[in-house]
Amino acid sequence: MYPFEYHRPGSLEEARTLFHQADDGIYLAGGQTLIPTMKQRLAAPSDVVDLAGVPGLTGLALAGGTLRVGALSRHAEVAAHPEVRRALPVLAHLASCIGDPQVRNRGTLGGSVANSDPAADYPAALVALGATVHTDSRSIAAEDYFKDLFETALEPGEIITRIDFPTPARAAYRKFPHPASRYAVVGVLVAEFDGGVRVGITGAGPCAFRGTALEEALGDGLDPAALDGVEVPDAGFNSDLFASAEYRAHLVKVMARRAVQDLLEQAR
Amino acid sequence: MKLSLTVNGTRRELDVPANALLVDVIREHLGLTGTHVGCDTSQCGACTVHLDGRAVKSCTVLAGQAEGAEVVTIEGIGRADELHPMQAAFREHHALQCGFCTPGMIMAAIDLVGRCDDLDRRTVREGLEGNLCRCTGYHNIVDAVLAAAPVMAGGADHG
Amino acid sequence: MAEAVAGSGIGASVRRKEDLRFITGRGRYTDDISVPGQAYAVFLRSPHARARIVSIDTAEAAAVPGVLAVLTGREMAADGLGDLPCGWLVKQSDGSDMVSAPHPPLAHDVVNYVGEPYGLVVAEDLATAWRAAELVVTEFEERPAVVDPALAMESEAIHDDVARNLAYQWVLGDQAATEAALASAAHVTRLDLVNNRLIPNAMEPRAALGIHDAGTGEHVLYTTSQNPHLERLVLSAFVRLAPEHKLRVVAPDVGGGFGSKIPVYAEETAVLWAARRVGRPVKWKAERSESFLADAHGRDHVTHAELGLDEDGRFVALKVHTTANLGAYLSLFGSSVPTYLYGTLMAGQYKTPNIFVQVHGVYTNTAPVDAYRGAGRPEATYVVERIVETAARELGRDPAELRRLNLIRPEDFPYETPVALVYDTGNYEASLDAALALIDYGGFPERKAAAARRGKRRGIGFACYIEACGLAPSKLAIQLGAGVGLYESGEIRVNPTGNVTVFTGSHSHGQGHETTFAQVVAERFGIGIDDVEVVHGDTGRVEFGLGTYGSRSLAVGGSALVRAADKVVEKGRRIAAHMLEADVTDVEFADGRFIVRDSNQSLSFGEVAFAAYVPANYPDDLEPGLSEKAFYDPENFTFPAGTHIAEVEVDEETGAVELVDFVAVDDFGQVINPMIVHGQVHGGVAQGVGQALLERGLYDEFGQLQTGSYMDYCIPRADDLPDFRVDTTVTPCTHNPLGVKGCGEAGAIGAPAAVMNAVTDALGVADLPMPATAEKVWRALRG
Repeated sequence: MYPFEYHRPGSLEEARTLFHQADDGIYLAGGQTLIPTMKQRLAAPSDVVDLAGVPGLTGLALAGGTLRVGALSRHAEVAAHPEVRRALPVLAHLASCIGDPQVRNRGTLGGSVANSDPAADYPAALVALGATVHTDSRSIAAEDYFKDLFETALEPGEIITRIDFPTPARAAYRKFPHPASRYAVVGVLVAEFDGGVRVGITGAGPCAFRGTALEEALGDGLDPAALDGVEVPDAGFNSDLFASAEYRAHLVKVMARRAVQDLLEQAR
Repeated sequence: MKLSLTVNGTRRELDVPANALLVDVIREHLGLTGTHVGCDTSQCGACTVHLDGRAVKSCTVLAGQAEGAEVVTIEGIGRADELHPMQAAFREHHALQCGFCTPGMIMAAIDLVGRCDDLDRRTVREGLEGNLCRCTGYHNIVDAVLAAAPVMAGGADHG
Repeated sequence: MAEAVAGSGIGASVRRKEDLRFITGRGRYTDDISVPGQAYAVFLRSPHARARIVSIDTAEAAAVPGVLAVLTGREMAADGLGDLPCGWLVKQSDGSDMVSAPHPPLAHDVVNYVGEPYGLVVAEDLATAWRAAELVVTEFEERPAVVDPALAMESEAIHDDVARNLAYQWVLGDQAATEAALASAAHVTRLDLVNNRLIPNAMEPRAALGIHDAGTGEHVLYTTSQNPHLERLVLSAFVRLAPEHKLRVVAPDVGGGFGSKIPVYAEETAVLWAARRVGRPVKWKAERSESFLADAHGRDHVTHAELGLDEDGRFVALKVHTTANLGAYLSLFGSSVPTYLYGTLMAGQYKTPNIFVQVHGVYTNTAPVDAYRGAGRPEATYVVERIVETAARELGRDPAELRRLNLIRPEDFPYETPVALVYDTGNYEASLDAALALIDYGGFPERKAAAARRGKRRGIGFACYIEACGLAPSKLAIQLGAGVGLYESGEIRVNPTGNVTVFTGSHSHGQGHETTFAQVVAERFGIGIDDVEVVHGDTGRVEFGLGTYGSRSLAVGGSALVRAADKVVEKGRRIAAHMLEADVTDVEFADGRFIVRDSNQSLSFGEVAFAAYVPANYPDDLEPGLSEKAFYDPENFTFPAGTHIAEVEVDEETGAVELVDFVAVDDFGQVINPMIVHGQVHGGVAQGVGQALLERGLYDEFGQLQTGSYMDYCIPRADDLPDFRVDTTVTPCTHNPLGVKGCGEAGAIGAPAAVMNAVTDALGVADLPMPATAEKVWRALRG
């Protein structure tokens, strides 16, 4: 790793100040992506601003049909939290699919969402559930938040404080993991709200997006077979050693169908 | 950078570089070489230790993040004449060969047993996905974890 | 099946002596060793697959505070250090020698693969060394690279003097007879196969600590080696780094090798050289990314094979043409792997009367390729067992029964193959039948139907493999081009109090020699295994040795210990006879006591040991002391064999393959410790499954490694594998004193073919290139 200064501010204000004073500052949450990147000398921040000591970034609470999850909530915490398992079990399940146990013991919701890896799991939940990203300065709808590959609506120095997830009637997440990295080659979250069905897709494109064609096909009733005729164009999809864009497009449909099947097995 | 933490029950006050990793502190500054480094992408799990009671990859924790924390390494869970049940089970079931992944594997396995009831062969395999072993094919590791679990549940607290 | 044996003798599943230090974090691996004043090295590595080094500007790097030296290959060459040798000179089909390109430890003129080291920075600390390394300005003149072995012979020559990039064309067997038999065969099965490049990935990355004492001239090298004496020999005789008596090589606890720690590498060579230049101990440890780039890789063959069968299904001929990718340079044993360890195995377990093998060994701009678990024998088994399976399908024959028809039968031993080996013993049908019973072959159609109801295609695949272990004898191996003998040394020092220190030239890096070798010696002397300490891995303590590879340790190293133990007993008998005033011919040794036949007079092993060192009542014509050594040179290979059967289920929608069952029934001859043997099988199978389903060392056309970390290169995790069901059959080896054959590589040899036979069975296709990753399978399913 390159040398850097390590800071552990005690408030949001102090964190922002440290960030803006730095030549090339970066916030540190759980560090499960940032630290490996720095170890491989692919990132060389001058200052690392650890948010762990900032109050108000943790905690989970259900408030009127919305699950509020503090940005520094660790994946293992979300996966095991009784309130999450009761109110939004799909989020607990999704969190339990991230990385591996040690990563889940350190990695955080806010860190994952701020990084916006195209193959991360959480973004599928944000777009499918219509989550709201709260920062130290504003609120951003999930669909406006993910912009492109590792690109989000966050301004430099902006800090995610909390993410609010509306709770659907039923929802299910299916992931096809990369055998080596265990990131999502494709992950699809299907959620049934009283107002309709929403589908969030990660892994396939440069950032998470809604599967509107899939949503339309499911509009007339949750039937896995309804997805059979849907075209999932692979234009702009990711393509790598393990999976071509065409294969990813195929997996989107398969994972969506399986998510619908899982969902139908749940009680409303 | 000043660093204060508790390692294997002993309070330590250290002066470490700001860019030190927790594993550097453990291996280089404290000389506890049982914690190993097997990769640079945070996947192999050979560096697994317990940080405030949870298994973490110590190669993916900055020293500063461990300020004030309780750290337990492989050297802190049992002694040669009083092995932790997981250590004893690894030996009894031949769950190690070259031994390099073993400390991390044992620390991860203790964490797994601690947070999951009714483990079976499948859930043990899934629960160890953060640790790579190139020697054993994992079969005997699964045996060892399942053998240690009831002993841990019935025995004393081994940290 | 071997009976379970109680106690700690031969045949008992003794818990390992070495485990206590590993499970308590007290192992001592190279990187755990630090000495006062040590500095740290970081290597300068080529970013290009092929380039000329125009210039290297080290000034800025050298000026960084804390930097002790920036050294390059040019300085190493100027210091008179020699090249890294290839230890096996392969003769070409026309009788000429293979063409070996010079392999300087540090490149000084040209670089030929990405990651090739051409210099190093030595600094007070690692971070400084890394920072300085990035300040070295090297100008490269890039040249066209070749990566694909199939294109190598048509591409621009990488090395001067190596036309067509051809290191050798090697043949074995009777070409004319094979062609004739194929021409008249009732059926000929043809198959084109690729054996994927693998990156070994022992969990401990390579490391080295070099120490030079300017006062005594002694050099000490701690390093991650499977064969420290060979390392010392190479560094002395070829690299000319230090004379042998001034060089001590220590391979302490080593975290796995699988062949990748056999070769003598640039890094440990340079570290020791740098320690002398800088006047400070120098340590280096590979980051995993460096391991991917610069550890010797394995496999990487392209093969065309043809199998002829007569009307009854009997094999009449096998022809194999292989192009083997040797990488940019010939690694220590790289030349022998696709030749003597490959072509010689093409008979498999079968009575194929005509076999012809032709191998083109080619240079490419990739990391050198050398032994990786199995080394040639997995590649051979893959060819034989994939084509036999394919023939069975083409002919509509049961693949198990077609194999059975062609097996070499117990009454055929010793059996001389058409490819230069003489199998001493075996019972291949016994292991085939045991494996069929274990997997419940008759129940397979039912399991297949049940899987289909779950949307899964289930397939079954066989591999009846043979392997040759313990390369031997030395005289023959040297005639065939080996640069060293292939014996092993063993020494037994009986201490005055009757416990024993054993010195072996074998090296244990996971195999458990400290336990199994102790079992062998303890049983011979009738003492407890805790009274036996096994010392290995240090040229300063062990006289000589050739190390551990090719599943040779017990068969060769263990046999040396048996011979040494025999000498101890022999001397003990003479001492005891004197003390008991008996004729030496009347003294027997049994259960730890020297007994005068037909009397009640006896002495314990310990009493005789004490007398040997306190010779009060002692034969006049005998030297004091009780310490004996032996060099054991086997008269033949050993030939473990067995049947592995895999069952897979393929997800029809995603193409994902799950290995759902795997049985292995192996004949390793006598088994010293069944627990350890089963563990070796598990580990080997896991690596073989990795090759079949997950692993691929892939370069792009420019020679950049595409799978250079665990993010892309997938080694099996616990949840990728099923439980393994293993058993053994026993036909003792006929020519070593323990009757043992070797077990370390069998799993990696049998598993790839068994798994891929199962995958192709499930898919109904002739072949699918390894690894059978999901998209590849999905495309095959779509036809």
